[in-house]
Amino acid sequence: MIAQYEQQNILNLIYLVVLMIFVGVELISHVPSVLHTPLMSGANAIHGVVLIGAILVMGNASADDTLSLVFGTLAVFVGTLNVIGGFVVTDRMLEMFKKKPKGEKAS
Amino acid sequence: MMPYMEIGYLIGSVSFVVGLKMMGQPDSARKGNLVAAFGMAMAVIAALFFNSEGFHVINNLSYILVAILAGTVIGTLMAKRVQMTAMPEMVSLFNGMGGLSAALISIIEWRHLLNEAVNPERMSDMPAVSMGMYIPVIAGLIIGTISFVGSIVAWGKLNGKIGDFRFPSQQIINAVVLVAILGVAYLNYGEFNATQSSLYFYVTIALAVVYGLLFVFPIGGADMPVVISLLNSFTGVAAACGGFLYENKVMLMGGVLVGSAGTILTVVMCKAMNRSLMNVLIGMAGGNGGGSSTSASGGSVREVQGTDVAIMMKYASKVIIVPGYGLAVAQAQHVCHELENLLEAEGVDVKYAIHPVAGRMPGHMNVLLAESNVEYDKLIEMEHINPEFATTDVVLVVGANDVVNPAAKTDPASPIYGMPILDVDQAKQIVVMKRSMKAGYAGIENELFFHPKCGMLFGDAKASLQKLVNEVKAL
Repeated sequence: MIAQYEQQNILNLIYLVVLMIFVGVELISHVPSVLHTPLMSGANAIHGVVLIGAILVMGNASADDTLSLVFGTLAVFVGTLNVIGGFVVTDRMLEMFKKKPKGEKAS
Repeated sequence: MMPYMEIGYLIGSVSFVVGLKMMGQPDSARKGNLVAAFGMAMAVIAALFFNSEGFHVINNLSYILVAILAGTVIGTLMAKRVQMTAMPEMVSLFNGMGGLSAALISIIEWRHLLNEAVNPERMSDMPAVSMGMYIPVIAGLIIGTISFVGSIVAWGKLNGKIGDFRFPSQQIINAVVLVAILGVAYLNYGEFNATQSSLYFYVTIALAVVYGLLFVFPIGGADMPVVISLLNSFTGVAAACGGFLYENKVMLMGGVLVGSAGTILTVVMCKAMNRSLMNVLIGMAGGNGGGSSTSASGGSVREVQGTDVAIMMKYASKVIIVPGYGLAVAQAQHVCHELENLLEAEGVDVKYAIHPVAGRMPGHMNVLLAESNVEYDKLIEMEHINPEFATTDVVLVVGANDVVNPAAKTDPASPIYGMPILDVDQAKQIVVMKRSMKAGYAGIENELFFHPKCGMLFGDAKASLQKLVNEVKAL
């Protein structure tokens, strides 16, 4: 069944949220504008981690709960699309940058 | 007993951070993407084959594997087949899939919560549903749905299937819908096990769908990258809701990381266009239509012929090409590179001026030109190329419009006023390749076209460039 509500755990998770917000801001702040599109695409693939949730939801679904199984399978499918499609598109974009010698790291 | 599941999630979390960090540098960007992908694989394996007690194959594994396999095959095919020019809409579509996944998870979990709430064995002095469960479920549902619907609209807009759509007092209606969503969600919490609970739930979904539509419909096509970036961070937050729900740290970290990085990326993009985020969201650019904008139509447009342009360029000592979305749409990047080589062989100094938002997304144009083997050091960013226009003989604007519109500097009434532009009017001659006199994405007139130094070469960018190549060869 779903994990129990525990204040301590929630607080720990909130610590993580706050720290991650700072990490995210710090990582992106000084990136050349050339890389904005690939970065957006890469971040897009990373939030495909929602796939884990879809897998867990399937693990909780009982075999006679058809609606949960159908929706869950669909969630896994579209989550995988997000992950795989996201990483492959990003790779194709970044492939274009490989040949450059030193490149301008302007701004 | 080793906590394998936790270790898998830990590897996933760390590699997301490291991968994103590496993606911020041109040299390590591609590896960074692979690092993040590896982390994702580890996290998925941990979820499939381990639980907190150790090795444990998850229930319904066959369904899951089939769905993953189908998603992998279709996702790879879609991503491999898409044209480089269509990348932005592809990103938007995949983003929408993530939002849909989050929304579906919430729908299933909401049913679980309801089943528990109506369970007669439940202690009657306990609340029907705990806040700690209800908030992540309903927030994941709302944000995921908005992100899904919004991304699909953005996708449709970028590939031209959906036009702009505005009506009066749009912002007020949007705000009302948003308040209504929160209100209904709150009512649902208060009367969770009552009979109308399901009704509240469906109304919440319906309102979220409406909000997703209203949110993206009025925003002009030129601002789509900003919107996609914002929706991207929405999906991140939706994934993070799942992290709270399952107390799953990799989901939480990945989701929040994308949520915050995506938000900052959105702000940075807005800055590159010298717009505020509010300004973009309210749909200012291209908004108030023709009436108030300055009519430069007093002047007349000078049309030039390919032959003249070819001569002009061949005997120039310095040419700057300003590529825009028109070049991308016409798939003209290869011909453009050919023209560049021809001119270089004649001893002409050729460079490309890249506006931060050239194409449909920041960096989009670099990717397109790099694809056709244009050397990286020929692509000059705006702040470095602007001083060079004064010493340039010919500027060739290929399918760009708003990024060379002097109104951004001179006309405070213009919707793009304040956006940094390429100072092409400093050059001795300007040639603009365009299909017609139609306005650009911001939907406004461009005075540049009426400038005495400016000649218009009408036609499809690829055909025109091909003609130029032939003319230069023939000379």
